[in-house]
Amino acid sequence: MRLTCPLCGDRDRREFYYLGHETWLDRPAADAPPEAWDAYLHLRDNPCGPTRDLWQHEAGCGAWLVVSRDTATHEIASVELAR
Amino acid sequence: MRVPGYGLIDRDAPLKFRFDNDWVKGYAGDTVASALLAQGTRLMGRSFKYHRPRGPLTADSAEPNALITTHDGARRIPNVRATVQPAIHGLRTRSQNAWPSLGLDVLEVNDLAAPFLGAGFYYKTFMWPPKAWEKLYEPLIRRAAGLGALSGDPDPWRQEKAFAHCDLLVVGGGPAGLMAAREAAEAGADVILADEDEILGGRLTREAEAVDGRPGHAWAAETVAALRAMGVRVMPRTTVTGAYDGGTYGALERVSHHLADPHPDLPRDCFWRIAAKSCVLAAGALERHIAFPMNDRPGIMLGSAVRAYLRRWGVAPGHRIAIFTTSDDGHRTAADLRAAGIEVPAVIDPREDAPEGAIRGEVVGTSGRLGLTRIEIRPSGGGRRWIECDALAVSGGWNPTLHLTCHLGARPVWDETLATFVPRDGAVPGMTVAGAAAGLFSTAQALESGREAAQAALARIGRQHASTALPKADATPPRQIAPLDVRGPKGTRHRAWLDFQNDVTVKDVRQAAQENYASVEHMKRYTTQGMATDQGKTSNVAALAVLADATGRGIPETGTTTFRPPFSPVPISAMGAGATGAGFAPERLTTSDPAMRARGAPMIETGLWYRPGWFPQGDEDWRAACSREAAMVRTTVGVADVSTLGKIDIQGPGAAALLDFVYANSFSTLKEGRVRYGLMLREDGHVMDDGTTARLGPQHYVMTTTTAAADQVMRHLEFVTQCLRPDLDVALISTTEQWAQFSVAGPRARETVQSIVAEPVTDETFPFMACGPVTVAGTPGRLFRISFSGEHAYEIAVPSRYGAHLWRDLLARAEALGGGPYGMEALNVLRIEKGFITHSEITGRVTAFDIGMDRMISERKDCIGKAASRRPALLENREEMVGLRSLGGAPITAGAHLYREGDRPDAPNDQGYVTSPCWSPALGAHIALGFLRNGRSRHGEVVRMVDRVRGHQTRVEIVDPVQFDPKGGRARG
Repeated sequence: MRLTCPLCGDRDRREFYYLGHETWLDRPAADAPPEAWDAYLHLRDNPCGPTRDLWQHEAGCGAWLVVSRDTATHEIASVELAR
Repeated sequence: MRVPGYGLIDRDAPLKFRFDNDWVKGYAGDTVASALLAQGTRLMGRSFKYHRPRGPLTADSAEPNALITTHDGARRIPNVRATVQPAIHGLRTRSQNAWPSLGLDVLEVNDLAAPFLGAGFYYKTFMWPPKAWEKLYEPLIRRAAGLGALSGDPDPWRQEKAFAHCDLLVVGGGPAGLMAAREAAEAGADVILADEDEILGGRLTREAEAVDGRPGHAWAAETVAALRAMGVRVMPRTTVTGAYDGGTYGALERVSHHLADPHPDLPRDCFWRIAAKSCVLAAGALERHIAFPMNDRPGIMLGSAVRAYLRRWGVAPGHRIAIFTTSDDGHRTAADLRAAGIEVPAVIDPREDAPEGAIRGEVVGTSGRLGLTRIEIRPSGGGRRWIECDALAVSGGWNPTLHLTCHLGARPVWDETLATFVPRDGAVPGMTVAGAAAGLFSTAQALESGREAAQAALARIGRQHASTALPKADATPPRQIAPLDVRGPKGTRHRAWLDFQNDVTVKDVRQAAQENYASVEHMKRYTTQGMATDQGKTSNVAALAVLADATGRGIPETGTTTFRPPFSPVPISAMGAGATGAGFAPERLTTSDPAMRARGAPMIETGLWYRPGWFPQGDEDWRAACSREAAMVRTTVGVADVSTLGKIDIQGPGAAALLDFVYANSFSTLKEGRVRYGLMLREDGHVMDDGTTARLGPQHYVMTTTTAAADQVMRHLEFVTQCLRPDLDVALISTTEQWAQFSVAGPRARETVQSIVAEPVTDETFPFMACGPVTVAGTPGRLFRISFSGEHAYEIAVPSRYGAHLWRDLLARAEALGGGPYGMEALNVLRIEKGFITHSEITGRVTAFDIGMDRMISERKDCIGKAASRRPALLENREEMVGLRSLGGAPITAGAHLYREGDRPDAPNDQGYVTSPCWSPALGAHIALGFLRNGRSRHGEVVRMVDRVRGHQTRVEIVDPVQFDPKGGRARG
């Protein structure tokens, strides 16, 4: 598997750290109800098809990335800076 | 026997190698199999289950039978295909799975028991008693049924792994691959051309085939030379073993298998990971065998192999070679052999349109115990008769070598016209299939499709090229029919093998279907068809054709099993080359490492770091040394290297806000020149890490993490700054490697530090938890008054290049005062006495509440983990951190569990567990840290500690975690 880091270019998967779904970007407000925190911390879909994940180019530039990929075909549609 | 004038071997370079007890003569260019066949040896192995005598079936890597062991002792390599292993001078080779000898194998009795040893035999027979499987049945079966064995010693071979990148990877150097590589190279693309064989050309090196009016092998050699001149990386002896996501391919290069005396630096194999923008699969095709009665005798081989031995190695595998074919290729074999002056007594072809001169009919029997002597044929007109021959060339049609197209999950498609499976379009993104691998079996088709595939690849990577001219070649593909299953005459006992390596016959597959293992994947597992080193390359399609027939389905509905990487066996030692011993993981060493080792300190792995356990004096054991060092710190002064702690430099207007957000407690309120202990939570409310952070300037902090969590914390800070708080203007960088840092602890620590630091070090200039820049022996450094031992202590940091010097200097000064170095064991004792936590306590399921630090979570600000830490389940009826003190003098052991006195020590009664035990020289007792249900309210209670693993128990008293100097006066004073 290879990812094209927007800053470093086409790199081997071994350089990247995988976190999980991009849900981690939408942190609830400090006073959000427990349900919102529960959803943020625990509730994830397990899609067969397109998904958007957070990866870090840990052994490269350190940038956190949102990778759009397909869990069925392994096709990678895009790699963008998380913010 | 050798055939004069034939072969691409060097007759001026004779050589000798050993096979079992014989010396075998050969020539440079021979394989072990071709040299053995040349001297008339057909018997090269014994089959897996029945110990049937076997000879080579193929002349390539699909070989199921001729498996040998090469080399001796620890260098022994088992399961080497004699058909691929180059014959090299002096090589030691041995047959496998036979005792006492290949010709006389006592386990041949298994063959007599064959009627009882069919599919599922093991599963049905060795059921009871259950315990006997592990102790009796399995060892017996493993001894009787087997392939070659490893030596059991550490592998002394040098192995290598490497990475490569290219525009186009061409898999296979036959006519299609050569044409594809040429087309792409002429367009200026960066091309890698890999082929299994030593000589490129594929079938062109093995057939009487002309290309552009020249012998095919000559055209191939010229093309390869031209490719090399154009900069194509030509990789002979390299098998592309797997296709992976994103255009990554695995390839095994056999670097020195063909050398009699390789340079000692040369690896045996090199495992390549090739990142290719585009790929042309031109892997050719594998010929099918035919299932007919007793089709496994030495001397029976594929027609393609017979032609290969003749053309490539100048060897006739027999004097009288009969032919059994369901494809036009059989007639080509006959013509080739006759042209070379070899007698062909009969060509048997069951097809209705069999060419003239052939006998329409089938082979229904063979004889010859250790090698074929005659075959029995049944002409379509009726009757049966025997024909004398010492070899039989069998051609059952071709299967495209499409394995790589299936590695990402695609299944091949049955082509009715070709009577074979062909690759599915777009099976692997970026890969185009050409030549015989695509079901295009003539040389002209191969050349043209190779060129087209290259053009498709060039288009994908945005290159344009006017196509080069195609050389002239034969354009007639052989016609073939679907796999045939020849039944023997009624009333005769016979077996027709499908999978030679695993001794799977037509009957086994039919039986599997009968017992309802009707799916091809179930049939495979029940019969073992398609397993082991050859993965059924010569048997899969034939087996599933039998299964299709037995279940009344068509071949397309039956489908194939899943082809997975690797295409052919890859030694684990090549994939993991370099990763043994010290190469297993990178080693991180502190600047004081050589000096610490010189003092005899045993080095302990801490993540990738190496830290000293203790510094032995005289014949001290670890505990004596540890206790002495701990006492030394409490009474005089000790020096320890703490450079392994993670150090993160944080600067910018947003630095204070970032720290407030990632730490449970506040750092914006920390004064310049001060240090504060910080507790870091995960978003789920559990503790991630702890450490001290110093404020060096208004917008400049240095964070310290634990050694273990340094990487995790850095990643976390990057996530927070980039993703959650991009509004903060802050920059951070790890400086762990840039600073060497030493702890100086003990009543005489200040004296030691002052002697080397230019600035005055007093309670006014450096009170407890102060920090600041200092001059250390003339060098700019940093001084922190912090303590992990409970003693008056400092940490001095200097740029790493001065670390080794400072260590020596500090030690000399400490020793002059009666102190010295202390290691991890003493450091651990000192912190347990003080109730300081490490990752032994904060294991990931421990909260701030559990360690009594929930009040550190600031009410005045939000922070990571704050919301989740307020969950009721994390605040009620928890296992809380406590101190433990052994009653009665028995040690406390890590991992032991705690129970109420009188309770049965079992899971429902579990009250907690021990995390960090030690002998405390300061307290004269065995003490520990641990966790106990509602433990903070149970100080003074006595509980029972039970260590089931070590079979040990003792009574322990619950005490405050801070067992030494509870008021903390020693560190402050």
